[in-house]
Amino acid sequence: MYNIENRIIKLWIAATVIACLTLTLSAQPSKKILRYGADASSGAPYVFQNPKDMSQLIGFEVDIINEIAKDQGWKAKHVQNEWDGLIPGLERNDYDVAINGIEITEDRMGAVNFSIPYYSTFEQIVVRRDQEDINTMSDLVGKVVGTLDGSLAQKILEVQGGIDIRAYDDEAKSYKDLEFGRLDAVLIDEPVAKYYAGWNPQLKLAGQPIGEVTYGIVTRKSDTILLDQINRSIDRMKKSGKLREILEHWNMWNFMMAGFMDDHKATNIPHIYYNDYLESQGKHITFFDQLRRYIGFMPMLGEATLVTLSLSILSMLVAVTVGLFVVLLRVYAPQPFSGMAVIFIESIRGTPLLIQLYFIFYALPELGILISPFLAGVIGLGLNYGAYEAENYRAGLFSVQRGQMEAAISLGMTRNQALRHVILPQAIRLVIPPMTNDFISLLKDSSLVSVITMVELTKQYQLISNTYFNYIGMGILVAGIYLLIGLPFVKLAKLAERKFTVDKRKIIKR
Amino acid sequence: MKVVIDDNMNYLQSGDDIISIKDLHKHFPKLHVLKGIDLQVKKGQLISIIGRSGCGKTTLLRCLNCLEFFDSGTLRIAGITLTRAKSEAAISKSIKQKSGNIRKGFRTPFKPTDDEAELDDDFHIKVQILRSRVGMLFQNLNLFPHLTVMENVAKAPIIVKGEEKEKSIRRAIQLLEKVGLKDFMKRYPYQLSGGQAQRVAIARALAMSPHVMLYDEPTSALDPELVEEVLQVMRNLHKEGMTQIIVTHAMHFARTASDMVVYMEDGKIIESGPPEEIFSNAKDPRTKQYLSIVKD
Repeated sequence: MYNIENRIIKLWIAATVIACLTLTLSAQPSKKILRYGADASSGAPYVFQNPKDMSQLIGFEVDIINEIAKDQGWKAKHVQNEWDGLIPGLERNDYDVAINGIEITEDRMGAVNFSIPYYSTFEQIVVRRDQEDINTMSDLVGKVVGTLDGSLAQKILEVQGGIDIRAYDDEAKSYKDLEFGRLDAVLIDEPVAKYYAGWNPQLKLAGQPIGEVTYGIVTRKSDTILLDQINRSIDRMKKSGKLREILEHWNMWNFMMAGFMDDHKATNIPHIYYNDYLESQGKHITFFDQLRRYIGFMPMLGEATLVTLSLSILSMLVAVTVGLFVVLLRVYAPQPFSGMAVIFIESIRGTPLLIQLYFIFYALPELGILISPFLAGVIGLGLNYGAYEAENYRAGLFSVQRGQMEAAISLGMTRNQALRHVILPQAIRLVIPPMTNDFISLLKDSSLVSVITMVELTKQYQLISNTYFNYIGMGILVAGIYLLIGLPFVKLAKLAERKFTVDKRKIIKR
Repeated sequence: MKVVIDDNMNYLQSGDDIISIKDLHKHFPKLHVLKGIDLQVKKGQLISIIGRSGCGKTTLLRCLNCLEFFDSGTLRIAGITLTRAKSEAAISKSIKQKSGNIRKGFRTPFKPTDDEAELDDDFHIKVQILRSRVGMLFQNLNLFPHLTVMENVAKAPIIVKGEEKEKSIRRAIQLLEKVGLKDFMKRYPYQLSGGQAQRVAIARALAMSPHVMLYDEPTSALDPELVEEVLQVMRNLHKEGMTQIIVTHAMHFARTASDMVVYMEDGKIIESGPPEEIFSNAKDPRTKQYLSIVKD
């Protein structure tokens, strides 16, 4: 009658050991590689997934950083992070530089170093095709205007005043909302406007260039040697014409760059990548193309699903372990330990998971504790759900009659023996349904780890849907995947419940 | 430290009392429950404790098994002697404690927590041995609902004494036969009647080879027609020489089956003696008055 119990414990231990090994291995650093942070969902033409082959990352910044790496004899490697988190991630040492349309501004220069500019452009107003009366900044007053959160364009709009500003965390969505009529205009950097609105028959670029934007590569304050090397490479690219070649490929050479580099010659370098992009956007998609495209997404979605699954399963293992430990402290330990358990539960349960993840990922490194994104995700989710599990288990323990403990004790069992052989087996049955609930919920909450540079299922959905402007089909597909991976666990829980339930109709409480 | 539990009763010299209680006191928050109990029980005796609800008889029984820890006095039972003299300060502190705290209730009764210093070094070990030698039955049928009848009986010796599984199961089958429930061993507790459940509970306690059995109103939760089958098991055990103490409201049983009847009121033993003497010729007016009410 003890075999099953032992087998479960052994499985659990094995899973935990494997988890630890995976984590240690995944945290290995590599050498001679220039790791650059960029948000692949920030879109064309900066750093984005190739519509023709989603596993490939392209963009004019990818070309620039590869060229710099080539010049220095390194190899460039992309590290995914949310655009807002690019500079904190750099401080965390998740990557060596950040390059992703980061504008050179005074306040950023207080925190990090910028290379010499690699691109210079302006802000561009975009409106719907039929809109005639918006052409200048002053026309925007009193209107609803979308822009990118934390960008220079947002500052320009704020300085103008009297504008109802809507800040988006990705530009594709702002143009979508402009099309729908939720916005009157969008003000974002010109390359974005060209790539996201320029080809769209519903939208048009309006008015004159506004302001001046220059992009630089960001390095840590302490990395002065690296900064120097990068500056020299950029300089060489400018002189050799390589920079212009890259920009021409992407159709990004403009009057500002011409003035900036004092290069007014005409060239006949073709806009090859821009044309590729236009082709991929403008093409009429048949049903079968669409189907073929979805099938093409499967390897990427499969990979993201594995991340979501392994993250959720490991987090749940941590949560169950933490929960058991905390509830035993809370219910059976003397003060001050039981009090500490209560404080743990209340402080974890009472604060947002998102802030806990940020704290583990960005604040702990300041105290000298640096952990990989995956480990941070497992710890963050595990601790958070552990607090909820502890309360589940407490409910389970209290639902077992007090007389059960007395009966076991009076048979000569110690309290630990009574807990293990009498109380816990009865409590388990009662906590299986809420635990299943929590696991399903964890599966979905795991999408929050995209804020700490992980690409899991929801993030992959964002990346793909932003590349193809396909929100409905992809949404249904990804939601379906979540549903499918959750179901086996529901089934498993039902089996376990049946296993621990003695009377299938009811347990008579005496 | 490993608790060694042996089953022989070498500690008992002929003529000795197997239970000897001297000046036992117990306080609950805002209540002095036991106010100096003295009681001697010889091996093989069947003692019935009677009295009104709240007179302290159940608390006395629970103190004998250390489910409650008495505050002061001496308890000698099944070869274990426990002496406590809790200080006035500690007692008044425990009296002031809030009662009804669920979490405390979950934690406190199985280990004495206050004034650890006044306890012998081996207090906990003694308690452990004591509990394994003293079996107890409860009013509400506390069988383990997740185990079969047979597992209920066989489990404790395996866990507590480290007995071999086969041996324990053989013995469990014997004991179930003894209480007339051998055919029920594969069933679960919810499939039993109250009387059957209480008989399984007796078998479960007997599996630990106890030297003394305590019963806390074993039949008061049962339907009247099921009472007799449980009492019959206790009569049989009496014949085999088991020492038994029963807190009961079943007056007929107390009168016909016991060697001694103890009447308690307000935390004290008012009167004790052979059943005929108590029931037909009580000396104390309080005993007389109580018996006149409950006479059946």
